[in-house]
Amino acid sequence: MNIKHIQNHDILHFTNNILLNKKMTKNKSNSLFESKQVKEALVQSFVKLNPKVMFKNPVMFTVEIGTAIMFIVCIAILMGAQNQGSFIYNFVVFLILFVTLLFANFAEAIAEARGKAQADSLRKTREETPAKKVVAIGKVSSSEIELISSSQLKKGDMFFCEAGDVIPTDGEIIEGLATIDESAITGESAPVIREAGGDKSSVTGGTKVLSDRITVKVTTEPGESFLDKMIALVEGASRQKTPNEIALTILLAAFTLIFVIVCVTLKPFADYANAPITIAAFISLFVCLIPTTIGGLLSAIGIAGMDRALRANVITKSGKAVETAGDIDVLLLDKTGTITIGNRKATNFYPTNGVSLEEFIQSAVLSSLADDTPEGKSILELSEMLDVNGEMKTSISHLTSHISQTIKFTAETRTSGVVLKDGTNIRKGAQDAAKNISEQAGYTFPEDTAKKVIEISSNGGTPLVVIKNSQVQGVVELQDIIKTGMKERFDRLRKMGVKTVMVTGDNPLTAKFIAEKAGVDDFIAEAKPEDKMNYIKNEQQNGKLVAMMGDGTNDAPALAQADVGVAMNSGTQAAKEAGNMVDLDNDPTKLIEIVEIGKQLLMTRGTLTTFSIANDVAKYFAIVPALFIASIPALQGLNIMQLHSPESAILSAVIFNAIIIPILIPLALRGVDYKPIGASAILKRNLLIYGLGGIIIPFIGIKLIDLVVAMFF
Amino acid sequence: MNTEILGVITVFLLTIVLAIPIGKYIAKVYTGDKTLLDPIFNPIERLIFKISGINDKEEMNWKQHLKALLSVNLGWFILCFFVLLFQGSLPLNPDGNPSMSPDLAFNTAISFVVNCNLQHYSGESGLSYLGQLMLMFLQFVSAGVGMAAAAMVFNAMKERTTEHLGNFYNYFIKSCTRILLPLSAIVALVLIFSGTPMTFEGKDSITTLQGDTVEVSRGPAAAFIGIKHIGTNGGGFFGVNSAHPFENPTYFTNAVELVAQLIIPFAMIFALGFYLKKRKFSHVVFGVMTIGFLLLVIPTISSELNGNPAIERMGITQTTGAMEGKEVRFGPAISGFWSIATTVISTGSVNSMHDSSMPMSGAMQLLAMMVNAFYGGCGVGWLNFYIFIILAVFISGLMVGRTPEFLGKKIEAREVKIAAFIAILHPLLILSGTALASYLAANDTPMGYWFNGNATSWLNNPGNHGFSEMLYEFTSSAANNGSGFEGLGDNNPFWNITTGIVLLLGRFLPIIGPLAIAGLLANKKYIPESAGTLKTDTTIFGIMVFAVIAIIAALSFFPALALGPLAEYFTLR
Repeated sequence: MNIKHIQNHDILHFTNNILLNKKMTKNKSNSLFESKQVKEALVQSFVKLNPKVMFKNPVMFTVEIGTAIMFIVCIAILMGAQNQGSFIYNFVVFLILFVTLLFANFAEAIAEARGKAQADSLRKTREETPAKKVVAIGKVSSSEIELISSSQLKKGDMFFCEAGDVIPTDGEIIEGLATIDESAITGESAPVIREAGGDKSSVTGGTKVLSDRITVKVTTEPGESFLDKMIALVEGASRQKTPNEIALTILLAAFTLIFVIVCVTLKPFADYANAPITIAAFISLFVCLIPTTIGGLLSAIGIAGMDRALRANVITKSGKAVETAGDIDVLLLDKTGTITIGNRKATNFYPTNGVSLEEFIQSAVLSSLADDTPEGKSILELSEMLDVNGEMKTSISHLTSHISQTIKFTAETRTSGVVLKDGTNIRKGAQDAAKNISEQAGYTFPEDTAKKVIEISSNGGTPLVVIKNSQVQGVVELQDIIKTGMKERFDRLRKMGVKTVMVTGDNPLTAKFIAEKAGVDDFIAEAKPEDKMNYIKNEQQNGKLVAMMGDGTNDAPALAQADVGVAMNSGTQAAKEAGNMVDLDNDPTKLIEIVEIGKQLLMTRGTLTTFSIANDVAKYFAIVPALFIASIPALQGLNIMQLHSPESAILSAVIFNAIIIPILIPLALRGVDYKPIGASAILKRNLLIYGLGGIIIPFIGIKLIDLVVAMFF
Repeated sequence: MNTEILGVITVFLLTIVLAIPIGKYIAKVYTGDKTLLDPIFNPIERLIFKISGINDKEEMNWKQHLKALLSVNLGWFILCFFVLLFQGSLPLNPDGNPSMSPDLAFNTAISFVVNCNLQHYSGESGLSYLGQLMLMFLQFVSAGVGMAAAAMVFNAMKERTTEHLGNFYNYFIKSCTRILLPLSAIVALVLIFSGTPMTFEGKDSITTLQGDTVEVSRGPAAAFIGIKHIGTNGGGFFGVNSAHPFENPTYFTNAVELVAQLIIPFAMIFALGFYLKKRKFSHVVFGVMTIGFLLLVIPTISSELNGNPAIERMGITQTTGAMEGKEVRFGPAISGFWSIATTVISTGSVNSMHDSSMPMSGAMQLLAMMVNAFYGGCGVGWLNFYIFIILAVFISGLMVGRTPEFLGKKIEAREVKIAAFIAILHPLLILSGTALASYLAANDTPMGYWFNGNATSWLNNPGNHGFSEMLYEFTSSAANNGSGFEGLGDNNPFWNITTGIVLLLGRFLPIIGPLAIAGLLANKKYIPESAGTLKTDTTIFGIMVFAVIAIIAALSFFPALALGPLAEYFTLR
């Protein structure tokens, strides 16, 4: 857990080119359309007209068939066919249908282009780099290294990197330690330390070694790293439909089928009523009724969801994971680093009655000298801060020379400290461990210290008791510092229906205090890895979906068990394999964003489906009177929009149907806003905007278009 | 206030007030809780199970329920078909009525098995008393089957994960003995005291003042009419159904028969609330149904009360409203109310001629059957509504950004597939049937065996009204309603067989679908509600369900309605 931050002016020249890269990722432009992407998407719009590609989207495929029929009708009229209306009218219908197809394709293509642009900036890091493969296992020396291309590295191979090398592929450090610039991936300029063993042993291809040397074992086959998978997902190549998307496609297919039935049966109905209907009118009615709006935008919405996840610097292994994130009920968060800033810090020294403050601080400092945990260091820092005139420093450094032995913390003694040359034994540790030692030696635990210990605990602090030759000297108070803004974030999650659970190694009293102060709903105190696992299983037993973040190998089982497991990119390979997402920023609060992305994805689909279907009401009122007015003049009564003529009514409806697709592309790409206001309130809001709006808007739109079209038809 | 309208309101409110305690009672019947009637029914049911050798304690999964349901129905169909085919030479035929033709026997047997009672015959001359009794038996059991299916869905909606969904025969027998039998007995008694015949003697003859002798048909009518309404069957004992003075002698019996046909569909919704202890949810469902019902009733009554604009243009004032095809003892308001009650619910009994209704009323009657989920038939009304709930849950789940859940169970592709199929089925049956008939009529096709003459001659009216007649017949069949627009020459192989097939598909697939969905959901993991869950017992969800129902009905049937009643409406206006 010790990421050393190094000032980066010294190494600036190393990282120049990487910083350029970083600029690109950071500059995730907010504008939806960039000219280069638009150009590419335009080309793709035509390429995607290929029926084989079109077939995957049943709604738009039927439109394509309709377009083809209209093309034939146009030719037939040129060759002298009668009773189908003028050539110009038919040709315009054909053109509008064709444009409808292009619009739908463009929506998908622009989403892909944006995804690709995003992926390309990541792919830059994937470019072929020379790799120093370790040929024989043994002590690393130049004679045993073969220079090959990064793409030739196989899973299980080992390679070697030193200062200035770009790491060729993902892997796990098996030997050594290095400072690494990960800005190409994370956009974060401060270099990080990665070392063999422990939870920070993972390196990512494309990042750069700044100092020292490491030997790395390749953990993925070429082309199968997380990043490769993500790129494929974003580009749509390997995008599989998620369960919700499949269900929605079924529903849309059902609606399409209803309208097939409606349109096919309309032919004999019209024959019976002696109302001949032109092919153009039939196809227009059909195309207007089937849910082309959502059909045209559906895949764009899915791709845009993945893209948004990527923009948040999260790599997901599947689209399903993003959707599942939207359903999360319980969120497990580590206290340290997520809820609190870094580690606990010493804030106060409380000597026992009869011990002077100076004497106590001296003992506390001595006992912490060999302790290089952040807590231990913070005791030294606090003593230095209190030591105004430097007297104590001298006396401590004097005593330091008398140390004969340092005692490391072990799980057994649960204390650490020093033994001086004169045999003085100074230890510090948790209250119960210190109490044991002192009571075994026949001393009683002083009452005032015992009180203080409880006081500190109940204030959310961690008490550390210092003993000298088994006699209690006093207690050091360590306090957690809760990150600002956490309470608001947890409130937001609560309103989204997500329960937050803090996981900490602290005792229950401390844990409770911090949990309350930070505003989480529940906590697991004195947590062991299996506690997390049990908690997750228990929640899942009750039908809840659980998300968690983790980095260590001991988190792996829990990450695998959780419905959404987000591994930190800095975490071990085992953790990354177990989870279904990797967060490149190593930001533990990222889950909140992921949940919102998941919800947005579903909402965008749901609202646009509603909008698309609601539009049909107005289209009916435009087209149905137009079909029959000639033979049943009374049906003019249904022409409530007072459209100019049957031709203009039909054209207006088809034009509206076409242009609504590009108008909604920005919404599809950006996603419908998610506000944590409770499910019923969201439904009310979306039903009003997209349901009622979906009924009213086309009435206005078709009427306006008709005013223009009426000049020609 | 207008007394006629007051009469309508009284009947409607009275039904709701009665439906609540009956709903509570129905819930108790299905949970197996103690009721006051146990000492009477326990021995009867024990005897039935003993004779039939059925173990009513055996828990069934949804497939076993379905198997039991379909096999008993097949048995009844075969039995009824042969009784009707040979009734002329079987006992209990004092009037010497003939046996049915095979196609008519096919249509009639199906129609009564599926709780539709589309009648292409007239009871006075078309049925022996044995035939009538056979049909009366079917009126009980077909209603019982619908209620048993609904009871299984109730059971499946409980908050737990299981395959075991109660016993079909237990639900079925109890529905018949404990619910249908006592209620229909009450109605029959009221009718007997009001003058409805209940006898096995043949026709009576009277001498009129002019000295002519008139043969008057009678028979065991009161019992028949009781279950006809309680079981939402609607098959009349006499040809003109509840417009006949013996079937429906007075305004009072008319009110009783209205309450009788509405009571179980109303009570089933309240029963759902009591059974699941989700009363708020049942009130939302009932609210949605009631709003839908009122939106159909109000235009109907108002257009009937306003009379016919064509007559008005002739300078004739119509203080009594549109009286063509209506009984003077009922008047236009309650007749209009009845016409919607009988069509939203799958009763299909009539007390006026729907063919003569105003075009707007005709449109509303058609729409009521096209929706077929506002209250709906005995048990099956809830099943139809359930499909729309599934679709509404799915779409609104997406709209709030959460995988859709209904009562703690996730709605996934499989359920959506089934629900979508059932939702398509109804328009498919109605529109394709009408399309076939229209095609034949448009070309005036000679029909050979299928119809005596060319296709257009089965129409009483040309043009839009003729179209409405054909549309109505298939809508009534698909909705298992059984009422007729009439005016259509429907007793012939073409109509008997096509509507027979539509009846079968329109009955059993919409039972299989909801049972399958409910069974699949019951077997899924139960997810307790959280703050992110979309609640289904709220007004906003009610609005969502209503919107789904309205939009599916509107989108499927708008063109057909435009060519039929709407065209008439605008022409007449």
